[in-house]
Amino acid sequence: MPARILVAKPGLDGHDRGAKLVARALRDAGYEVIYTGIRQRPDEVARVAAQEDVQILGLSILSGSHLALTRKTIAALQDAGATDVHVVVGGTIPTTDVPKLLEAGASAVFPTGTPLDDLLAGIARLTGDGEPEPATP
Amino acid sequence: MTAPVPQDLLDAARDGRTAPLGRLVSLVERGGPAARDVARAAYPLSGAAYTVGITGAPGAGKSTLTGRLVGALRSREDRVAVLAVDPSSPYSGGAILGDRVRMHDHVLDDGVFIRSMATRGHLGGLSLAAPEAVRVLDAAGYDWVLLETVGVGQVELDVTQTVDTTIVVVNPGWGDDVQAAKAGLLEIADVLVVNKADRPGLDETRMDLENMLDTSTTAGDGWRPPVVATVAADGGGVDDLLTAIEGHRAWLAGEDRLAAARAARLWDEVESILAARLRRRAQRMLTDDGIASVRSRVGARDLDPWSASDRILAALDGGAPPAPSDPGA
Repeated sequence: MPARILVAKPGLDGHDRGAKLVARALRDAGYEVIYTGIRQRPDEVARVAAQEDVQILGLSILSGSHLALTRKTIAALQDAGATDVHVVVGGTIPTTDVPKLLEAGASAVFPTGTPLDDLLAGIARLTGDGEPEPATP
Repeated sequence: MTAPVPQDLLDAARDGRTAPLGRLVSLVERGGPAARDVARAAYPLSGAAYTVGITGAPGAGKSTLTGRLVGALRSREDRVAVLAVDPSSPYSGGAILGDRVRMHDHVLDDGVFIRSMATRGHLGGLSLAAPEAVRVLDAAGYDWVLLETVGVGQVELDVTQTVDTTIVVVNPGWGDDVQAAKAGLLEIADVLVVNKADRPGLDETRMDLENMLDTSTTAGDGWRPPVVATVAADGGGVDDLLTAIEGHRAWLAGEDRLAAARAARLWDEVESILAARLRRRAQRMLTDDGIASVRSRVGARDLDPWSASDRILAALDGGAPPAPSDPGA
C-alpha cells in the first residue's frame, strides 16, 4: 500500500515550483501525494494532515520563517490529534538551522540543493518500508 | 502503543474528532481484517447520510463545484463529508491528489471533513475502497457525503452503484447531439449540470441534453434529470443545483424508492464481493496440485475446457463431479 504524503506550503511565500517538483518526484516514486496549494496556515496544514491521515508531512518553506512555521505546525498537529506524522522540512534552510529544526521535532530536513535521490531515500526510511511501493501497472 | 480498535475510533469520530476518522478511512483503504472490522462496526450506524456523486470529464469543474456545494450545504448548517477520488499513475502506482485545493475555504470548518483517495489501479472512476469509505463517513454522522469521482469517460460508471443522487457535469460545447445520444455517462445522471455556463455554447448544449432526455427510452423509473447551468468558479447556479438535488431526493423519498434503491445497491455489493471472493478461490484452485492432471488432460485435448471447469467446480463445492453431459453447471 503506497504511503501517503502531504506536501504543504505554510506561510506567505507564493513560490511552489519546488514543492510541485518534489510532489511529482514522490508520485513517480510510487507515493500518494496530497498537495494543498500555497499560503496555508499551520493549523490548516495540520487539519489536512489529520483528515488525510498521512504518514509524512512535507513543509516547503522559502520565506526564512522555517523555524517558527515548523514549530507552529508541529504544535498544531498535536492539537489536531495527528501525533504520529513525520514532519520533514524543505526549502531555503541555512545549514545552521538544520539542528534547530530537528530539535523542534522535524524528522528530516532537505535544504534547497538536496539531490532528489537523497530526498527519496530519506522519505523511504521514514515510511518504514525502505522502498516505496513497487510499480503495479 | 497498541492499535486502537475500530469501535473506539468510530466513537471518537462520531464525537466530531478529525484524526480518528482519518485513520478509519485509512484502515478501510488498506483492506484486510482491520478493514473488515471497521466495516462491521460502521455498517449498523450508516444509512442516515444522503450521498451524492459528482462525475464527469476531466477538467469539467467537479472539484470546484463540489467545494461550492459544500458551501451551500454549510450555509444551512448541514455537516458535510467529501471523498475526492483521483487516479493513480499506471506507471509508478503513485498519485497526486489535488482536488482539495479547490475546497480550501472549508479546511478549518469543524462541520466539514475532506478526504482524498487514489484509485490504486481500479477502473470505473472510483477506488475499490470508496464505497466502504463512504459508509464510514456516513456512520461518522455527517448529514451529506459527497463523492467526487476521477474524470471519467463514457463507461466508467461505478459511482451510480454507490450514491443516492448522481450528478454528471459537462461543459458548453462539450459535444453535439450525437454525443448526447450515446449511451453511457449521461444515462446515469439524476441531475445534469452544464458547468462553466458563462462560456459560449450553453444554449446548444442545454438543447442537446434536453433533446436527448426527450427521446430517451431507458428512464423507465419516471425521473427526468433536470439540466442545471452553473458557473462554479463564482458560485453561479449552485443554489439551483442544490434545489435539483433536493428535488431528486424528494422524488426518491416518494413510494419508498430510496429504501428500495439502497437495498438493491447493497445486494449488488454483496454480489460483487461474493464474485471477487469466488474468483480468488478459483484462482487458488487453478494452482492446486490436485488438479494438475486436469490441466494436462486439457492441454492434451483429452478433456475439453467446459468439462475441466465442471471438475474444478465440483472440487470447489466439495461434492461429486457433475455428469459430463451437463454443460450448464
